[in-house]
Amino acid sequence: MVLLLNEEQQLLKDSAEGFFETKAPVSELRRLRDDRSETGYNPALWQEMAEMGFAGLLVDENHGGLSFGYVGAGVLAEEIGKNLSASPFLASAVIAAPLISLLGTDDQKETLLPLLSGGEITATLAVDETGHHSPASSTLKAEAIAGGYKLSGMKTFVPEGATVDKIIVLARTPDKKGNEHGGFSLFIVDRGTKGLIVDPVVMADSRGWAKLTFEGVVVQESALLGKEGTALDALNVILEKANVVIAAELLGIAQHCLDKTVSYLKERKQFGVLIGSFQGLQHRAAKLFSEIEVTRSAILKALQSSDSPQGPGALSNIAKARACKTVELATNEAIQMHGGIGMTDEFDMGFYIKRARVLQNLYGDYNYHADQFARKSGY
Amino acid sequence: MSDLEKFRSETRVWLAENCPSLMRTPIQNDADTCWGGRKFVFQSDDQKLWLERMGAKGWTVPTWPKEYGGGGLTKAEAKVLSEEMQRIGARSPLSSFGIWMLGPALLEFGTEEQKLEHLPKIARGEIRWCQGYSEPNAGSDLASLATKAEDKGDHYCVTGQKIWTSYADKADWIFCLVRTDFSVSKHLGVSFVLFDMESKGVSTRPITLISGNSPFCETFFDSVMVPKENRVGAEGAGWTIAKYLLTHERASISDMFGTVSLSDLAVEKRGVEGGRLKDGMLRHQIAEHEIDRAAFLITLERAADEAKAGASLGAFSSMLKYYGTELNKDRNELVLKAAGSDAFEWEGQFSNNGELAKSWLRSKGNSIEGGTSEVQLNIISKRILDLPA
Repeated sequence: MVLLLNEEQQLLKDSAEGFFETKAPVSELRRLRDDRSETGYNPALWQEMAEMGFAGLLVDENHGGLSFGYVGAGVLAEEIGKNLSASPFLASAVIAAPLISLLGTDDQKETLLPLLSGGEITATLAVDETGHHSPASSTLKAEAIAGGYKLSGMKTFVPEGATVDKIIVLARTPDKKGNEHGGFSLFIVDRGTKGLIVDPVVMADSRGWAKLTFEGVVVQESALLGKEGTALDALNVILEKANVVIAAELLGIAQHCLDKTVSYLKERKQFGVLIGSFQGLQHRAAKLFSEIEVTRSAILKALQSSDSPQGPGALSNIAKARACKTVELATNEAIQMHGGIGMTDEFDMGFYIKRARVLQNLYGDYNYHADQFARKSGY
Repeated sequence: MSDLEKFRSETRVWLAENCPSLMRTPIQNDADTCWGGRKFVFQSDDQKLWLERMGAKGWTVPTWPKEYGGGGLTKAEAKVLSEEMQRIGARSPLSSFGIWMLGPALLEFGTEEQKLEHLPKIARGEIRWCQGYSEPNAGSDLASLATKAEDKGDHYCVTGQKIWTSYADKADWIFCLVRTDFSVSKHLGVSFVLFDMESKGVSTRPITLISGNSPFCETFFDSVMVPKENRVGAEGAGWTIAKYLLTHERASISDMFGTVSLSDLAVEKRGVEGGRLKDGMLRHQIAEHEIDRAAFLITLERAADEAKAGASLGAFSSMLKYYGTELNKDRNELVLKAAGSDAFEWEGQFSNNGELAKSWLRSKGNSIEGGTSEVQLNIISKRILDLPA
């Protein structure tokens, strides 16, 4: 497959560019932060995104989606990154809906997917329990009880966790051989369920995050998503692809940092000349450009393979690792090259570096993905 | 069966019948490489046969037009040919600056006579070319070159010195930048000429490098007579041709990684524990490098796809050259770390007779030749980011 956007994908990119720039620019995130918004995003924006089909981009047409695929999701994520547009797109459209599509029973799919695609409800995944992504270390327990399960334990770093309608939670259950702690299962839990304590967490990126405590939360058997004891592999399939979309959002952030910085270098004068004429700064900008372009290629290839039957595999790790490294360079260089103004809250660059670092950590940081890459390569 | 499928099966049959068995083994080092030319000494009958057979079909330059010795293949067919060659591990039949650099420039800027004269000989590996660009005081600042070409009516009289002329001592002809006008600004007075290295007044001297090998030469011109019909393009238009050609050179230099598998080497030398390379620091460094390299190779693929779709590579080739050569240096440093002291054996079996150390030392030149990394960054700054001078 050629490494170019096709006509349809290019059209989506063109419409997404204008949409996020006018409807959800970074000033909108600033407003949400200053107002201490409880949702962390503008529900009216999410409705509009849903009307444009963005909420159901990865859902098939029989369930109200567009079947547009991951290249499309990546195209949107990049524009979201450029503008820091806040919405449950990642949590609901990129992670929860594909998980339900992959594992759900006919009943679960028919009930939930049209609502998710239409933006009428939102959902998220609760997987991590410590500050480092490690699904296989999860301890939240699901005990089988008459007619269902009882969940006990906690989850942290849950995107949109305080506002979603449905939470897909990873829990320990017996594995295929019946070992009590050997397996993992996923459950769909309503946010308002008794015993589920939701603590919104204010984080550096001013977005909606939550800690969730499950104090003997009772769910029915029908809440089980997929086969009991076999969730890790399926979760991996979805997270590999989701990480590529996250990489695309980080790419958008990096690209914005470069664009802003280059235009600043062209207007700011010191010692009587434009600072963009200094070779020291030119070379740093040129290196950043190169890193971004190399990362862009890796992400496009990984997005394309996410749409293929075999999935992205190690390309997912390459894309996310490259994105983490590149966005770290881009945000750091943007602040440094802007000088003092880059450090002020009044200037928007701070929003970008804060969002970048939080997002870098979501579902595995650079080291996590480099380690995964090495394992998959056999060393 | 589609035309392309038919082409594939015919190609497969032809390669099976015509590619000699020795030519289906990996190229180990420079001595294994077939460069062709009048002075070339073939390493084996198979090497000679392979060049002749591929040259006769025009498949050393599959996409060049047939009238110029090419294969006349479409890009899709050339891709099939390359895939089928890879499938049986067939070597490239010919390495050639004529193919990589001069050929594309002649196809773009040459007269019909020049194309008919030179391109078929390049395609068949009969004439080996070298490039006369850099001079002692005109390396990164190439446009300052001072080799003088005086107008003598029907010919130029060329006097001056070139340096870093790769394989000048082995080449038959040179494509060369000369100054035909000293009165105009430095980019405007340069012309692009071709001449035989056996012309009276041409002499070369090898430069030994820190690697102990010597691909480079100093080349001297003492009143060399160059017929005017050997000028490519208009007088004074040499700079445009030189830049076009450098774009091709940069794109090819950026794609020159060694065949050593870093992780295999590290596993062999350091061992594995619990499925992981024993040396944790080295494992991290190799993973980081391999991730960057994979992303870079995908970028070469994207650049090729964009070029096929009609976009011009232009200054993007500077990015590829800068990035690829820096990565290659990084890779060679990691090879040393993985091999430990074995890597420094100048002669001996652990190092394949110094191949590791020589390749490491050679890589230091990658970010100097063909425009230094700093020059490439300048080009990116000015031509892509549009930063002020």
